Amino acid sequence: MKLIALDSSGLVASAAVLSDNELLAEYTVNYKKTHSQTLLPMLDEISNMINLDLGEVDAVAIAAGPGSFTGLRIGSATAKGLGLALGIPIIEVPTLAGLAYNLFDAKGLIVPCMDARRKQVYNGIYRFEDHKLVTVKDQRPIAAAELIDELIAMDPELTKDGLIFLGDGVPVIAEESERLTVPYSFAPAHVGRQRAGSVGALALVLYAEGRYVKAEEHAPIYLRKSQAEQERERRMAGKDSL
Amino acid sequence: MDGHIDILAIESSCDETAAAVVRDGKEVLSNVIYSQIDMHTVYGGVVPELASRAHIEKINYVIQKALDDAGMELKDTDAIAVTYGPGLVGALLVGVAEAKAIAWAAKKPLIGVHHIEGHISANYIEHPDLVPPYLGLIVSGGHTHLVIVEDWAKFRILGRTVDDAAGEAFDKVARAIGLGYPGGPKIDKISKEGNPNAVRFTKAKVNGSEYDFSFSGLKSAVLNYLNQAEMKHEEVNRADLAASFQKSVVDVICEHTLKAAKDYGIKNVAVAGGVASNSGLREGLRKMCDANGLRLFIPSPVYCTDNAVMIGAAAFHEYEAGTRSGWDLNAVPGLRLGEK
Repeated sequence: MKLIALDSSGLVASAAVLSDNELLAEYTVNYKKTHSQTLLPMLDEISNMINLDLGEVDAVAIAAGPGSFTGLRIGSATAKGLGLALGIPIIEVPTLAGLAYNLFDAKGLIVPCMDARRKQVYNGIYRFEDHKLVTVKDQRPIAAAELIDELIAMDPELTKDGLIFLGDGVPVIAEESERLTVPYSFAPAHVGRQRAGSVGALALVLYAEGRYVKAEEHAPIYLRKSQAEQERERRMAGKDSL
Repeated sequence: MDGHIDILAIESSCDETAAAVVRDGKEVLSNVIYSQIDMHTVYGGVVPELASRAHIEKINYVIQKALDDAGMELKDTDAIAVTYGPGLVGALLVGVAEAKAIAWAAKKPLIGVHHIEGHISANYIEHPDLVPPYLGLIVSGGHTHLVIVEDWAKFRILGRTVDDAAGEAFDKVARAIGLGYPGGPKIDKISKEGNPNAVRFTKAKVNGSEYDFSFSGLKSAVLNYLNQAEMKHEEVNRADLAASFQKSVVDVICEHTLKAAKDYGIKNVAVAGGVASNSGLREGLRKMCDANGLRLFIPSPVYCTDNAVMIGAAAFHEYEAGTRSGWDLNAVPGLRLGEK
């Protein structure tokens, strides 16, 4: 089982190649440069480096969202192009689950946060049980203060081993997190942001469970409607209430 | 090799997701267009984020159908071409990322194509006898350009719009007189019942450039006319107003084109872009060219609006000229003609 994994959901651009349970190559850049200019050149470089035979690749794993709409689409279109050209399926890895997989088998709750602007984060809450990633809260956009309220009100049994925050949304929740009474920490540099290696590792688990789609069927998980749709819905709702 | 160059072309710069396979820059092996227009109509115009979302949902189906209709597999093609500008950045990025991944995985050359060069090249499909040098007139919802096509894939810009594109003016005027979106076809239709000489609008001249266009003033003149009529409680004849507006647009386009043809001694005029399917413009240009001994080339309406065939036609000449894009090809929303 060989797969290409991509994550361009946030500021980080990351590409990886995995073979069974081994990471063959990974290229991760956390720098403001358009993913459109970096993602494919990065994949090209690592593929050359390991003499990757594209005919042996079984699937493409993609951090499917949430994230920057444009970033997600660059990754998705790249994955779909690979899927079309190579005739292989796409494994859609929820971005926040992929982030949580950076902290495999960690004790305590894993709380990845991505900056969703307007003092909101994209967040999901996860924990590991018998070496498996378990979703405590599905990924969603949530206000920083509301997330901390939710964690404070959570069953102490779940939070007794503490919380680990990670992702580029950490600065957004940092101030609010001071209200927490359970122990918590922030993930260190090497596992603090999106990594295609983690997306790929989780994708291998999903693939084994038969959870993948045809390349043509894949579309990003935005979790938010477009501005135009939101405004239109508000206008329509306003009309109804008159 | 069968001696032919077959190019798979992809276009996603605005609100059509399109793919085509074109042989030797002139023979259409397939032409697939998925139009999003119904989706945008409720918003009165193209919503960029919705356009981008629709592109990513449809793109693989559109590309696969283009290959299937051509009776080809990806491995049989010689190159992958894609529009990389100008256009809506989010929309362009979908096609660019997809095309790059396909070309990379299939180990094919990648050719980034300028959208306007595509529009001009649409003429090669039905008129293989059209060869440079000739005058190119591009009129669409986003662009109004008058250029000299000096050689294959070589352009000199004479004039462009300094404000609204011609198609944009059509949309805005259509909205003002209550015709709705898209404005071009609606104004064209109602104009047939109106008197084009009913309302006289002054011609917009652009200071310092005899070939440039300005349509924003004309649009304002229409709005002023409507306001004044409203203040005087006068009924406006929408057909007359639409016909008069359309005639003003057509007149200025014809005048500039004729002047350029005379100034540069060029006999062939090729028109392109969505507004080239406007029957008033087609008729006006036809008359002007006939009266002045010019030969007029206009693609069929299906090749005037956005499509990927035109991108495949342009890409062939770029391919022959040795143009190859890298894996870092980016979308350039404000790309100018002649820039690489």
